[in-house]
Amino acid sequence: MNEEKKPAQKSFWDKLVSVDRRIIFLLIAVAVGVPLFFDVSPSMRVTPVVRGVYDSIESLPAGSKVLVSFDYDPGSMPELQPMAEAFFRHSLGRDLKLIIMGLWPQGPLQANLALEEVFRDDNIRTKNLQYGIDYVNLGFTAGNEVVIDRMGHSFEESYPQDGRGTPISEIPLMKGVRNYDNVDLIFNLSAGYPGTQEWVQYAVDVFHVKLVAGNTAVQAPAMYPYIQTGQLSGILGGMKGGAEYETAIGKSGVAVRYMFSQTMAHIIICVFIIMGNLAYFSLKKKRSKLEAKG
Amino acid sequence: MSAEVVGVWIGALLTLGIFSFLYKDNPFYKFCEALFVGISAGYWFVVTFWQYFMPKLVDNLVLAYTVLITQGRIDYHWVYLLGGALGVLMLLRLIPSIGWLSRWSLAFVVGTTAGLQFTRYLQSNGIIQIRGTIMPLFVGGDLNATIGNIVIVVGTFCGLIYFFFSKEHKGAFGGAARVGILFLMITFGALFGYTVMSRMSLLIGRLHYLFSDWLGLIG
Amino acid sequence: MRREVPLVLTAIVGLTMIVSHFIPPLNMLKDLFEDWFFIIAAFAIYLGVLNLLQVNADKIYKKKADAPFGAVVIFGFLAITVPGLFFSGGREAFLDPGTPFFYLYINVYYPLSATMFALLAFFVASASYRAFRARNVESTMLLVAAFVLMLGRVLISDWISGWLPEGYMLGDLADWVMDFPQTAGQKAIMIGIALGVASSALRVILGLERAYMGGE
Repeated sequence: MNEEKKPAQKSFWDKLVSVDRRIIFLLIAVAVGVPLFFDVSPSMRVTPVVRGVYDSIESLPAGSKVLVSFDYDPGSMPELQPMAEAFFRHSLGRDLKLIIMGLWPQGPLQANLALEEVFRDDNIRTKNLQYGIDYVNLGFTAGNEVVIDRMGHSFEESYPQDGRGTPISEIPLMKGVRNYDNVDLIFNLSAGYPGTQEWVQYAVDVFHVKLVAGNTAVQAPAMYPYIQTGQLSGILGGMKGGAEYETAIGKSGVAVRYMFSQTMAHIIICVFIIMGNLAYFSLKKKRSKLEAKG
Repeated sequence: MSAEVVGVWIGALLTLGIFSFLYKDNPFYKFCEALFVGISAGYWFVVTFWQYFMPKLVDNLVLAYTVLITQGRIDYHWVYLLGGALGVLMLLRLIPSIGWLSRWSLAFVVGTTAGLQFTRYLQSNGIIQIRGTIMPLFVGGDLNATIGNIVIVVGTFCGLIYFFFSKEHKGAFGGAARVGILFLMITFGALFGYTVMSRMSLLIGRLHYLFSDWLGLIG
Repeated sequence: MRREVPLVLTAIVGLTMIVSHFIPPLNMLKDLFEDWFFIIAAFAIYLGVLNLLQVNADKIYKKKADAPFGAVVIFGFLAITVPGLFFSGGREAFLDPGTPFFYLYINVYYPLSATMFALLAFFVASASYRAFRARNVESTMLLVAAFVLMLGRVLISDWISGWLPEGYMLGDLADWVMDFPQTAGQKAIMIGIALGVASSALRVILGLERAYMGGE
C-alpha cells in the first residue's frame, strides 16, 4: 500500500518569502508613479540644517556676492535642480549678485536651465536682471579640487573667461573679485566628486570662507560632521531638503510636489521590511518547533 | 516632427528599454546597455579631449612653439612635453612587451594623489574633526546640549575604538568597541534610509519624464 | 629600472606636493605636477576607451555570440565622438544647447544614465524585502534607525506624530538621530579614514607600499 506522498503545502509565510520579485517591482512602480498624478503641496517643517542655509542667505545685505558651484549632472536633477531653482529665487529676490561656476562639465548648463525657469517668475522678471552685472556664468573648468585651491589665490587663474568667452576682467560683476576674500558666501550643489567635501577641504579650511551646500541624499549624512564642527553652515539633503527650502522661501515647487511620491515609496519599503521580517520569524519559529519534535 | 519631439521619443524608448530588464533580461535591454557603454565612453572621450587634453597639453605646447618661432627662445612651457610623454607611456599598457613603462605614469599619478590628500584629509577630516569632538560633557542648565555632547563624544570615541584592530576586543576595551558598533549601526541605518530616499528620487524623476515630457499626462 | 624609477618618481612628486604647503616657492612645481596629472588622467581615459574598442572589435572579428552588441558599443562610441569632435563648435561651444553633441547627450546619454540609476530603486526594494532581517541586536539597531529616518523624513511623520508636542514628533527624533548618534558614527569613520589616508599616503611616498605597480 504505497500512498503517493502529497507535496507539502506551502504556508502563507513560505509563499510570502518566495514571492516573485517582479510583483515587488510592480508595487514600487505603482507606489511611486500614481501619486505623481495628484497635485499635493503639504506644509513642511523646516529642519535646523536647512534653516542654516536659509539664514546664511537671508543675512546677506543686497549687493553681496555669492559664488555658486554647480557640481552635478542631469542624473541628479530630481534632487538638486529644485534646490537650484529655490536658491535662485531666494538670492535673486534679495538682490544678491551671483558668480556661477561648475566643477562638473554639465554643471553650468544646469545653472542656465534653473535660471531660465526662475526668470519666468513675475517678481524676478520685473527686476530686469542683467548678465554680467547681476549674475555671471563662468562655465566649467577641468581640474577638480585643484581649481578650488587655485581660486583661493586668483579666480582669473582658473577662469580667464566666462562661459561665453568674455575675459573676466571685462565683466562688471567680476571687478574687484580677485579670490574668496571678495565673496561673501559659497553655495555648492553637489552629487559626488568633486563636491562639498572638496570645497570644505580646499576652500573653507584653507581660505576660511563660509559655505552652505545642497547634496544628494546619498552623500548628505556624511556631511553632518562638517556641520557639527562649523565647517559647513547648513545643508539641504536630498529631495526633502529641497522641499523644506522651498517651504522656507515661501514658494512651493517640484520638490514639495514630489514629496507625496517619496512618502508612498518610503511607506511601501517599510511595509516590505516588516513583512519580510514577520515571514522570517514565523518560519524560524516553525523550523525550531519541527527540530524540537525531532 | 521637430527634433525636440524626436529626442523625447528616443529618450523615452531608451528609458523603457532599460526598465524592461525588470521583467527579464532581453535583447532590447542588451541593446540599450551596449549603447550606454559606447555613448558613455564617447562622451568622456570628447569632454576629456576638449577640457583636459587641449587646454593643458596642446595649448601649452603651441604657446611654447609660438615663442620659439617669434622670439627665438626656449620657453618654460616646453616642459609640458614631459607631461605628454608620461601620458603616452600610459597608453603603452596596451602593448604587453613594453607595458611596464606605464608604471612611470601610474607612479606619478599615485604620488600626486598621495601628496595632495595627505595634508587635506589630515587637516579637514582628521585634526578639525578631533578638535570638534573635544567639548564639555556637561552644559550647565541645558540638558539637551549635555545629552547631545555626551552622545557625540562617547559615540566618536567608541567608534574609533572599534576600528582599532591591533588590540583584541576584550574586557573594557571590547565593551567600548561594542558600544562603537551600535553607533555605527545607527549611522548605517541612517545611510540606508537616505540611500532609499535618493534612489526613489531618481525613479520619481524618470517616471515624471515619462508621464510629463513624453506622454503629457501631467503638468 | 622597472621598479626603481616609479618608486623614486612617486617619492619626489609626493614630497613636493606636501612640502609645497610649507615652502610657498615650490607652488610653481606643484601647479606643474597638477597639470601633468590631468594630462595623464586624460590619457588614462583614452586607454580605457581603446581597450573597450579593442575588446568589442575582437568580439565582432571572432564572430562571438554577442558580436552584434559589440557593434552597438562601437556604433554608440562613434555616434557621439564624431559630432563632438568635428561638428559641435569646438572647445567653447560643444556643450551648448543646439549642438549635435548636446542633443545626443540630453536625449541618449542622460536617459540611459538616469534610468540605470533609477533601476536601483527597484533593487533596493527587493533587497529590503528579502535580506533586511533583524537577526541580532546590531541589525535591529540598523533597522530601527532606518525606519526612523525613512518615516521621519517624509510626510507620514506628521500624519503619525503630528498630535505630539513640538520637539517630540517623529521628525524631531529623526533630526536628533542625524545630529547626534549618526554624526558621532560618521565622525569616527571620517577620522579613521583620514588617519588611514595619511598613513597610506606616507607608505606610498616612502616606497613601503608597492601594490599599485602590479606584479613582475
